[in-house]
Amino acid sequence: MTLGATGDGGTRTSTVTVGGEATLPFLQFEGAMPLKPAVAAEIVDIYPEDWSPALLAVWGDEARDPAAWAAKAVAAGAELLALKLRGCHPDQGDHGPAEAVAAVKAVLGAVGVPLIVYGPGVADKDNEVLVAVAEATKGERIALANCTDKNYRTIVAGALGNGHVVVGQTPIDVNLAKQLNILISDMGLSLDRVLLDPTTGALGYGIEYSYSVMERLRLAALMGDSMTQQPMICTVGEESWRQKESRSPDGVPPEWGDFATRAVIWEIATAVTLLQSGADIVVLRHPAAIDRVKQAIDELMTGAVPEALAVSSPAV
Amino acid sequence: MALSGLQIYKLLPQTNCKECGFPTCLAFAMKLAQKGTELAKCPYVTDETRVALDAAAAPPIRLVTVGTGERAFAVGNETVLFRHEKTFVHQTALLVRVHDDDADLVEAAKLAAGYAVERVGMTLTLDGLVIENRSGAAATFAKAVAAVHEACPGAPLVLKSDDPAAIEGALGVVGAERPLIHAATAANWQAMAALATKHTCPLAIRADSLDGLAELSAQVTGAGVEDLVVDPATQGLRDGLALATLLRRLALKKNLRALGYPIIAFAGREAVEGEAVLATAAIAKYASIVVLDHIDPALFYPLITLRQNIYTDPQKPIQVEPKLYQVGVPTADSPLLITTNFSLTYFSVSGEVESSGKPCWLLVADADGQSVLTSWAAGKFDALKIAKTVKDSGVEQQLSHHKLIIPGHVASLSGECEEELPGWEIMVGPRDAVDIPSYLKTVWSPS
Ligand code: B12
Ligand code: SF4
Repeated sequence: MTLGATGDGGTRTSTVTVGGEATLPFLQFEGAMPLKPAVAAEIVDIYPEDWSPALLAVWGDEARDPAAWAAKAVAAGAELLALKLRGCHPDQGDHGPAEAVAAVKAVLGAVGVPLIVYGPGVADKDNEVLVAVAEATKGERIALANCTDKNYRTIVAGALGNGHVVVGQTPIDVNLAKQLNILISDMGLSLDRVLLDPTTGALGYGIEYSYSVMERLRLAALMGDSMTQQPMICTVGEESWRQKESRSPDGVPPEWGDFATRAVIWEIATAVTLLQSGADIVVLRHPAAIDRVKQAIDELMTGAVPEALAVSSPAV
Repeated sequence: MALSGLQIYKLLPQTNCKECGFPTCLAFAMKLAQKGTELAKCPYVTDETRVALDAAAAPPIRLVTVGTGERAFAVGNETVLFRHEKTFVHQTALLVRVHDDDADLVEAAKLAAGYAVERVGMTLTLDGLVIENRSGAAATFAKAVAAVHEACPGAPLVLKSDDPAAIEGALGVVGAERPLIHAATAANWQAMAALATKHTCPLAIRADSLDGLAELSAQVTGAGVEDLVVDPATQGLRDGLALATLLRRLALKKNLRALGYPIIAFAGREAVEGEAVLATAAIAKYASIVVLDHIDPALFYPLITLRQNIYTDPQKPIQVEPKLYQVGVPTADSPLLITTNFSLTYFSVSGEVESSGKPCWLLVADADGQSVLTSWAAGKFDALKIAKTVKDSGVEQQLSHHKLIIPGHVASLSGECEEELPGWEIMVGPRDAVDIPSYLKTVWSPS
């Protein structure tokens, strides 16, 4: 599936296409993995004061202006951006559709990469602002997030009418993911316009559940179940930077080690683990993690191919 | 892999003499397959049959123990490809490599061997040390091994050298401690196998192809060594994942005994973040021993956490007993907080309450071992449950106040809770436990 569009109303200078695997993650010796997973950077429409000090320090003043932040994130290597419209949350500014659209347009104007747009996470406001955004950006092939069993009608309609795609989110459950996909496709949105967000648990905070449900989804997809064959997206940054391990520089046991190193490794380890269980897009927060995870993906895609796999080993 | 009744039947005399107490050989075979009787009941089984059945009963991936005593670790014996199929059983051993020619050798070894961190109520540690003969000199190696052994008594060791003479010297020092010898290769396997046999130590075999590993495995087991560890000599992420996956599959699905051993992976990289990537990938996919080069708690702690996550049993979340806990020595004026009995949740909260320095009452509701939001979404942590937990706990008699702090994530329950608990004031705490200390400092007051 492709995010972003360069023509017909789309003004992107690059697009991102993910999916197409015919094997478990990175096992290219037995099946095709034609496209590499993509790395997105998360940015926010208002200054995220409560973010970890490690993040606020590296993004600096740019984090006060979504357009400047977007440019800095792309310079840091992000292949696409995830813009969270937090300012529309009733408790955090209560911005209306006009301000939401302005933020999205500012970001689209500042960078050429594709965009994922997240609502504030409050059902009514999500619908209100995402629909406005969908209409104002017709043809850009934005990913509208999150589309859940509660609001999928509105979000899918917004995607259908304006040439966008959706991120369908379900809470770590194979059957719930399938059900949501069925509901979405019943509305006429083709399933190559759906990303699946199986819900991310961070390292130390439920990652094993995400890991296993994603493996089960991918296995089901390889068995031919079309309702589980959508590329998967994981909100790694949001989850891993919420935890004490990446938020607290002081007042933690010395065995946790240096704060800056530990916090970034927390995000990297969460991302690499979920890439191994089938993530096609990881949304990250720290530039060092973006860089390192991209390197890891490249190495997994194009690294040394063992000689052993080509020879007549006893049972290969 | 266990044999089916029919497969066992083919190995029996098939005379139906009934001496085993079963009407037919087939009936006996069927019962045997279900482990309902013993092979010894049939007086006529051949030695060949016995060997075949023993081999079939052995686990597809051998359990190998490194070290002796309390700190010894055992790896292998895994039975599934995916943890959701059942569970992974013997968690990845995390080792740290030190070098015999390093001036800081002993200090480094002590840091790694002594590392311990508290998480979810458990004390987690690394598992041992790899001592590498980087100097190339046998005498230096033996001296280094002796020094490390003395400084870190009981820590399981891996002796790393391709030179049998160096290994021999080191085994002279720690041969009785079951160190893992690393490694037998095509060039030195006879000597290494002899040393492993002499000292009854586990032996790693290293080759850069599966064919090479299978051949070496046949050679050293032929020479009498049974406890092996395989080192597929991987270069990086891609081949590491491919080879580890193939090894696990060959052992489990094809029952290929020659490769049914735990895997060792070296994750060392120049940058600590790069090392984290390799080690993460190896823990997630099939390495039983991961060797680190950086001595850095900021690397150890995330990896120890990941290993704990991947190796928990997916069928049962780790839980704590639902009851009223005291954090510090609370008094009648101390705050009362409520949470769920998922271990991770409980320890996140109790840890923060403790670090706030304010003694508290912490009431833990029975929510089937689920997190706050999960159990709330599943209807196991609602206003009724909260009210019942408060009433049943008898906490009311301990307090001078009637205030209950609920998790910020379930703020929406506060109204209902006040209805269910007449006379109580429900206070909505912060969403994340991290913010509890400042909340207690700024918001809490008993009056
Ligand atoms: C792992 C997980 C599961 C695991 C269960 C793990 C377990 N043992 O609990 C599984 C896969 C089984 C699961 C199942 C479900 N889940 Co679930 N799950 C998660 C996940 C990924 C992580 C939860 C977790 O472990 N958090 C870590 C713990 C430590 O957090 P916590 O308990 O909330 O505690 C923190 C705070 O609340 C605070 N705190 C705790 N106690 C207290 C007390 C006080 C006084 C204070 C001040 C603070 C405080 O401190 C802690 C640290 O900050 C989350 C999404 C996410 N990324 O968070 C979804 C999530 C919780 N699940 C969700 C749902 C809907 C479900 C299901 C109902 C789905 C379904 N229909 O099947 C089922 C329910 C299970 C059932 N049917 O019995 C939803 C809840 C939606 C909502 N907002 O209501 C979530 C948020 C996912 C989502 N975004 O949709 N889930
Ligand atoms: S004793 Fe042995 S040979 Fe005789 S019936 Fe039983 S299994 Fe068959």
